[in-house]
Amino acid sequence: MDTPAPAEPPRLMVRNLSTSFPTEDGLVRSVADVSFSILPGKTTALVGESGSGKSVTSLTLMRLLPKTANAQVSGEAPFVTREGRTVDLLALGDQEIRRLRGNQLAMIFQEPMTSLNPVITIGEQIAESVRLHKGLDRTAALAQAKRMLDLVEIPASAQRLHEYPHQLSGGMRQRVMIALAMACDPTLLIADEPTTALDVTIQAQILVLMRRLQAETGMSILFITHNLGVVAHHADDVVVLYAGRVVERAPVRPLFAAPEHPYTQGLLACLPGKVRGAGPTRPKRLFAIRGQVSSPLSPPPGCAFEPRCDHAQARCSQAMPALVETGASRQARCVRVAAAGVAAAA
Amino acid sequence: MHRRIVMVSAVVLFVIAVLALGAPWFASADPNDTAVLDRLKPPSRAHLMGTDELGRDMYARIVHGARYSLAIAALTALGSVLAGTVLGLVAGFFRRLDAPLMRVVDAMMSFPDILLAIALVAILGPTLLNVVLALVLVYTPRVARVVRASTLVVRELLFVEAVRALGVRTSRILWRHILPNLLSPIMVQGSFIFAYAILAEAGLSFLGVGVPPEIPTWGTMVAGSQQYADRAFWVVLFPGLAIIFTALSLQLLGDGVRDLLDPKLKKTL
Repeated sequence: MDTPAPAEPPRLMVRNLSTSFPTEDGLVRSVADVSFSILPGKTTALVGESGSGKSVTSLTLMRLLPKTANAQVSGEAPFVTREGRTVDLLALGDQEIRRLRGNQLAMIFQEPMTSLNPVITIGEQIAESVRLHKGLDRTAALAQAKRMLDLVEIPASAQRLHEYPHQLSGGMRQRVMIALAMACDPTLLIADEPTTALDVTIQAQILVLMRRLQAETGMSILFITHNLGVVAHHADDVVVLYAGRVVERAPVRPLFAAPEHPYTQGLLACLPGKVRGAGPTRPKRLFAIRGQVSSPLSPPPGCAFEPRCDHAQARCSQAMPALVETGASRQARCVRVAAAGVAAAA
Repeated sequence: MHRRIVMVSAVVLFVIAVLALGAPWFASADPNDTAVLDRLKPPSRAHLMGTDELGRDMYARIVHGARYSLAIAALTALGSVLAGTVLGLVAGFFRRLDAPLMRVVDAMMSFPDILLAIALVAILGPTLLNVVLALVLVYTPRVARVVRASTLVVRELLFVEAVRALGVRTSRILWRHILPNLLSPIMVQGSFIFAYAILAEAGLSFLGVGVPPEIPTWGTMVAGSQQYADRAFWVVLFPGLAIIFTALSLQLLGDGVRDLLDPKLKKTL
């Protein structure tokens, strides 16, 4: 079911993760049977459009879903801690998961403008996390906060320490968020669309910064995005989600070279520019996948992508195709590749 | 302009507070010393603000009365802000407790303020502490509602989720991250209630269910002398002015302090 055993065991494995929310109109399955793994020091990208379950996956792993949502979660998420223990993130007690959060598991959010407390100085905010997890006193924690600001290349860090979030630009705030997340030297960073709210030029800086920090600390990154350009440059493995399910999983190069699922193909076709070479059928207009994501309340009986798929066949609407191995650490959920994969294996 | 109003209010309150604290030095006359022959005398050199119907020195009574009026108002504001903040925070943050707590608050608010206070003082007995207690009960729901509403807004802000993702425990999130964001509305409510409480205490005393008559408060002074107002305007004018100046300055200062607490407006004030 999982990728062939690599030299090093994955830092986080997610196995058959499902998250459902009871609503007045019935149970909504936001994430269904999602499995993937993240290797130490590597980046796994979780790709999909809005509503595909990317953020719910990350919030489920961080155990940050609001209690009032009454989420029903199943599956396993064994995480290798710094101490070498393996713990299931989904089964930990409230107190244990809190000790991991911010310490070994950190998260960066999409909106740097609102992710910082407006009435507390940024130095205090970074120091809080350090004091909480490392037990440092105020002075030492503030010193660590200054080091973190230097690490994320914020100029005049000594002065910035005592400033409030509104005094910083969006890019600076996202750097502060990264400093905040990195303050306790986490082994896994979950970045939920960290660059979506930023200018393109700032995006690049932030991504370069994250990569540098990853190289220096050896942390793993779960990168949640809908930006395939970012994925191509910064991810090692890619998991494509559609309507809460994994439709394709592959290392980044093979995925971009030869996408197997029609949805992934469609996503890549949507990219502007000549990345995919100039074939005879090269479209002049931007390509768009027709239709919309099906409602999670009434999913189609078969493949969730069938109503929008250009290659749909009769059997597509009958049953959800299984996620099958199609090559070295590659999987796809499509009847067409399923046949090809079986043929190739035979 | 804004800044000047705040400064003036602060100075007025400061002067009143100094007068209240140093009452025996600023007004040597005994506020309860009666002199029937000197009753209802207009303001003069001997009696700066005249005398009341029992010949007591109005100036001395106002200065000494400031102690009681301000103490009652301050304790009321403090008590209702503390109780209301805790109630509002808990109701706003823990959704399950919201409805039960707020229905109690609604029930309390459905009584007219002064009626509820009268009833409470009537039951508890007219002492200084009971007046404070009654007023705290009357004003706590106001604070609770405002704090709850603000908590509902702040708890949904992304930074709350972000600090949760840092492993901060719920009690600390409430205390350290949500509460500081509510300080502005709480300060404003506090200053309003301080002012309301001065008026309410005056009202209670006026109606005869306030503090015992031998304690000079601005309210008991207006209450005790109002029937002589047609002959001697000073018996109601001076305590009335004291109430107005204090209440007004408090409201203006409360507004100013709110702006001062907002880090975004820090530079403009």
